[in-house]
Amino acid sequence: MSDSGSAPTSGRPDVTTQLSRRTALKGLAGVAGLAAAPALVAACSSSKKSSSSSSSSGTSAVAGGNITFGSNYSDAAPKAAFASLCTSATSKTGVKITVNTTDHNTFQNNISSYLQGTPDDLATWFAGYRMQFFAAQGLLTPVDDVWDKIGGTFNDAAKNLSKGIDGKYYFVPLYNYPWVVFYNKSTFSSKGYTVPTTWDQFVTLAKQMKKDNLVPFAFADKDGWPALGTFDIINMRLNGYDYHIKLMKHEVPWTDKGVTAVFNQWAEILPYCQKGATGRIWQDSAKTLENKQAGMMFQGSNQVAANYSKANLSDLDFFVYPVINTQFGTDYMDAPTDGFILPKKAKNQAQAKAVLEYVGTGEAETTFLKTDAWDTGLANGLVAPTYNAIQKKAVSEIAKCKNVAQFMDRDTVPDMATAMIKLIQSFIDNPSASNISSIQKSAEAQAKTIFT
Amino acid sequence: MVSTTEVKNPPAATSRRRRRRVRTLTRRDRIVVALLLGIPLLLDLAFVWFPALATVLLSFTKWTGVGGIHLKACTSKGTLPGLPQPGCIFGVQNYNQAFTVYPDFWPAVRHNAIWLLVFIVFATPLGMLFAVIIDRGIRGSRVYQSLLFLPVMLSLALIGIIWELIYAPNLGLLNTVLGRNGNNNLINWLGDPHLNLWAILVEASWRQAGYVMVLYLAGLKAVDPALREAAIVDGANAWQTFWRVVFPTLRPINIVILVVTVIESLRAFDLVYITSKGNPLRGLELLSVSVTQNIVGETQRIGFGSTLGVVLLVISLVPITAFLFQAFRKEDR
Amino acid sequence: MAISTATVIESGIAAPPRPRRRPISVGSVAAQIFMIVVCVLWILPIAFALYVSLRPEAETNRLGYVSVAHHFTFRNFSDAWSQSDMWRFFLNSVRITVPAVVITLLLASAVAFVVSRLSFKFNIPLLILFTAGNLLPQQVLITPLYRMYLAIHLPHFLSSSGLLYNSYAGLIVINISFQLGFCVFVLSNYMKTIPTEIDEAAIVDGASVWTRYWRLTLPLCRPAMAALATLLTTWIYNDFFWAITLISTGNKRPITSALANLQGQFVSNQNMISAAALMAAIPTLIVYVALQKQFIAGLALGSSKG
Repeated sequence: MSDSGSAPTSGRPDVTTQLSRRTALKGLAGVAGLAAAPALVAACSSSKKSSSSSSSSGTSAVAGGNITFGSNYSDAAPKAAFASLCTSATSKTGVKITVNTTDHNTFQNNISSYLQGTPDDLATWFAGYRMQFFAAQGLLTPVDDVWDKIGGTFNDAAKNLSKGIDGKYYFVPLYNYPWVVFYNKSTFSSKGYTVPTTWDQFVTLAKQMKKDNLVPFAFADKDGWPALGTFDIINMRLNGYDYHIKLMKHEVPWTDKGVTAVFNQWAEILPYCQKGATGRIWQDSAKTLENKQAGMMFQGSNQVAANYSKANLSDLDFFVYPVINTQFGTDYMDAPTDGFILPKKAKNQAQAKAVLEYVGTGEAETTFLKTDAWDTGLANGLVAPTYNAIQKKAVSEIAKCKNVAQFMDRDTVPDMATAMIKLIQSFIDNPSASNISSIQKSAEAQAKTIFT
Repeated sequence: MVSTTEVKNPPAATSRRRRRRVRTLTRRDRIVVALLLGIPLLLDLAFVWFPALATVLLSFTKWTGVGGIHLKACTSKGTLPGLPQPGCIFGVQNYNQAFTVYPDFWPAVRHNAIWLLVFIVFATPLGMLFAVIIDRGIRGSRVYQSLLFLPVMLSLALIGIIWELIYAPNLGLLNTVLGRNGNNNLINWLGDPHLNLWAILVEASWRQAGYVMVLYLAGLKAVDPALREAAIVDGANAWQTFWRVVFPTLRPINIVILVVTVIESLRAFDLVYITSKGNPLRGLELLSVSVTQNIVGETQRIGFGSTLGVVLLVISLVPITAFLFQAFRKEDR
Repeated sequence: MAISTATVIESGIAAPPRPRRRPISVGSVAAQIFMIVVCVLWILPIAFALYVSLRPEAETNRLGYVSVAHHFTFRNFSDAWSQSDMWRFFLNSVRITVPAVVITLLLASAVAFVVSRLSFKFNIPLLILFTAGNLLPQQVLITPLYRMYLAIHLPHFLSSSGLLYNSYAGLIVINISFQLGFCVFVLSNYMKTIPTEIDEAAIVDGASVWTRYWRLTLPLCRPAMAALATLLTTWIYNDFFWAITLISTGNKRPITSALANLQGQFVSNQNMISAAALMAAIPTLIVYVALQKQFIAGLALGSSKG
């Protein structure tokens, strides 16, 4: 009751009136501040808000202390891994951590309001442009002082992913994971399939699986983002990494023939993908693979392997996406990096940094990976003793790449990724040449309004 | 604005009362009246009407919510492509983009219209039919009324969740019963952009019919039984009695139901949001969802979202005016 | 119109319809069959959700939801409850709904009293202002509202976030402001049906405006207030939009909007999601069973005006 700030329910008239008057005055103040026409804007500006909020939170900042941690690790398995990381962070730093879990998709959708509003002291987020975008708006605290201590843990690639456009650090990475083609070893051995290395072999295998009454590719895109991965990989196989980055930054138009080629290539295997993908969540298609109703599934190990039961995990294996254009071979892949950010409006900056210093150690990663059997740590030379076959293979395949991309929704502006989600869903439902052309036109038209 | 002035001097207004009032209010009474009226009025103005008007103003700006709005026209140069700049005056560009570039706009308008149409030709008449049958006092009508009304008590979020069990592609009720639950022949009720709006509309109608039923029952009960008796004595059958005698006397409630129907179809949001888990699926674009997505999405396009909000506002003003006209016509004379 | 409103209240809308003796006709048999079919269809989604939620996930994954149950279990309910700390969301709902309903009724009755019992020049414009405000789509308000919520600071004891945004107080305020219109509309109509002689007698006795409002008028409005309270409780409890947009911390969300979050968390276990959803429905179902009459009377009050 006291927290909710309501009038008492007892109904004693005097009390009610007094309280109401107070409420009224407060409301009046709010309206008056906002109603003055140009002041509307000033009252809302972030600088003003942050200064006043920091002054009002003067009571915090006690050594040891508490922080809250906003987490999007909402599935049971990663949630448990994250809890173990927090426990060990508390024991090392003395900072008590309260985790606020929000489901993955909601967390992403709300990130901007979240950072501008009343964020937790630390939050889970993604590396690359998707972090830089919010850093450049002044919504994140630079953590260069943290990196002074943890810099030795990471290689240059990880460092670059953690820097904002201004060159300052805004991010501490935890792990990354590859987007590859998963399959069950038992299915391949019992049916005599071999791992395809070229596009033709890939298509032939899919045809064979269809004959054998398997769904060649388990596929789901209700969440919107999973299919972006397929676009990315075909794009990088066909046109290379530089083209991918240029396209993401809108330095290549979406109407380019390179993009048409990606869609055309994709259309070749679309008939072998699980039907009704736009109405299915990826967890359900991962289940199809696990139940051996499907032959293959292209998705991140952070999703497929994490969703497998312990018993079936030893049967799971993967191969990298086959070669399409020999010029680029299998040089690139999406291997997104996840980690942590420190919101500018967080109240307990010092404690949050202490926790980040611990998180950026090989020891912390090893602790996390004890419960996580699908991601790979980013610390230099880290080989967690608990790595399974999938994780070991993931480390070596990522290392083989000349360059790794983050993912379409992390390499471009969020609005553009949102636009592409719907356009690619439209492609999945109707991969005709005319639709491809209208998709490209719409993508370009939207890109023009977004990148201005 | 009228009401603001009135708050300041309610005694002046009250003193100009009709002859029956002998004495003016005491000073304490005036303060009490000012408070009784002032507090709710302030809340209503500050948290309902001010935001509604501000939406109109914001719709002429381009703003991501970070860094205030500068009162000057937007320039097209950015520090980095795609990176948000401080807010600026965008004129009618947002409207222009909504009508031309934004791919969700016209589908959203169309889907809102379909929603309204389904409510008007299906859900509302169904609810009225339920009401008429129950009002005839057939056996068990009390039970029927309770059952049909049950969905109205449930939140739309919850309705969206329990209906997913019916539409689930592989395991769900509908596909299993239809024998279309194999991986090659399944019907993608919630994902297929040609089907999902209709699937959602079944859910929405399931609730709306019960709602309309109750409203209409209230109206029917208020009809003077003597009217009906007279019609029956005159030899009219039930059908004729309803359409010629009862229905015309229900004009006020008919208007209320029409307004409720229109408003509910414009407000439709929860079902779509929960079914698409935040990102509106293709085929389920609605104005309300687009507004929300632009305003609380990963990048906030406050100006653009407000533009869509204004479109919604303008459309809503039609039924709102109709309702107010109906409700206050008599007193205004 | 006033008379019709009054009759509605007096007769109690949910009372069984007046029995009308008529011979069994083809028409009434058809009506019976129609109603039975419709009611079965209407109850099916809820019954089906219950059926699924009572079965283990492993079984329904293997056999589909439409299959003969081999096992029944409350596991899904207990897991959903404990894994999400569901009690917290219920508590949030109570914290928001109770104050919001009480304050809305107090404020709305105050306005209704002034505009209907004290003759007053701006009665109609005022009523229009309030009523129309309630009819606006919520999405029209949300942008500036959201910015206002980020700009308005509250003392710490009212909001742990220090802002109206992401606080229970914020949700209470918007629910009050938004629902005021409907309640003012209903209550003012209701108050107009109270004979003016009561007031005149009180004025002669020298009663203050406050006494006339608090001691005379409000007690007479009890039936309408009860009906509105039922309605408001359900509406505010079922609110989804305000909580989704104005509360960012998952743990602070009331149960209805927390369902979206739970749906994400239990994503691969539909049985558990339905169990959670059905549990969230329990309070409204209690209201429904206990107060159906009030609820329907409330709706009738709002609509029989004309």
